[in-house]
Amino acid sequence: MAVTVIVLARSRNLFAVVVLGSLYSFLMATVLVALDAVDVAMTEASVGAGISTVLLLGALYLCKSEEAKPLHRPWLPLVVASACGLVLVYGTIGLPAFSDPAAPIHAHVVPRYLNDALRETGVPNVVTAVLASYRGYDTLGETTVVFTAGAGVIALLRRRRDRKEQKK
Amino acid sequence: MKHDLVLRVVAKVFLPFILLFALYVQFHGDFGPGGGFQAGVIIAAAIIFYALIYGLENARRVVPEWLVERMMAAGVLVYAGVGVAGLLLGGNYLDYFVLDLDPVHGQHRGIFWVEVGVAITVSGVMLKIFYMFADRGTPEQ
Repeated sequence: MAVTVIVLARSRNLFAVVVLGSLYSFLMATVLVALDAVDVAMTEASVGAGISTVLLLGALYLCKSEEAKPLHRPWLPLVVASACGLVLVYGTIGLPAFSDPAAPIHAHVVPRYLNDALRETGVPNVVTAVLASYRGYDTLGETTVVFTAGAGVIALLRRRRDRKEQKK
Repeated sequence: MKHDLVLRVVAKVFLPFILLFALYVQFHGDFGPGGGFQAGVIIAAAIIFYALIYGLENARRVVPEWLVERMMAAGVLVYAGVGVAGLLLGGNYLDYFVLDLDPVHGQHRGIFWVEVGVAITVSGVMLKIFYMFADRGTPEQ
């Protein structure tokens, strides 16, 4: 994945960038499968590697396939991004260790879902039970966000009919 | 890619299985990985695949633009409607226990319809975005 990112950052050919982005998504999906998050991996593979690649290629069709040379060296953004990354890494030091059974999340929320979800909802897949039932409001919000995104794209890209008629 | 025979034949063979897999992901989401979001994306991907191989006009004939736009809103309405149904049956908003006499069955029913709503909205939005982008490439008639 690190190799993919470095090549991505150095490449000037946008077609290669899109394909490498898709490759990165697939690697990410593999990592998620290794972490036993199959639902998320499936989403990553279909959305990240599939549809967004097609959309980016569609956008590429509308513009030049070579990135323009930057006019100046972007040192300031690099410093800001590195500082941000360092702060985030510093933040992870405070988190409990990976797969630590004594972590707070394993003491309260997880046992409740894992023990009671099947009895209360009758759905063996706990991810679905949490997503659609326990966190139903959140998922409703997410669906609304997706809808709003689509409405935004329509508002930006729709061709007006009346303009066409004016030309005539 | 419209005149590439191999691609056309392969696409024709693959499409039913992609759609079937989407339905499997949708309805088997209770037991295995998957659910409304993934199923919606897979349906949209199948139709985008069709559009890439057979051309945008043919895809528009299969899934017309007005249907896609209605789907976007209909999914959210189905989801919200499940909540309102819970209210009408005397529970809280998005409370599935009241949807059937047996609370566990009610949960099943609620989750099923919620996932249907998510799938409809997601596939509608994905398709609409694709149509919009693909449309920009063609000159205005």
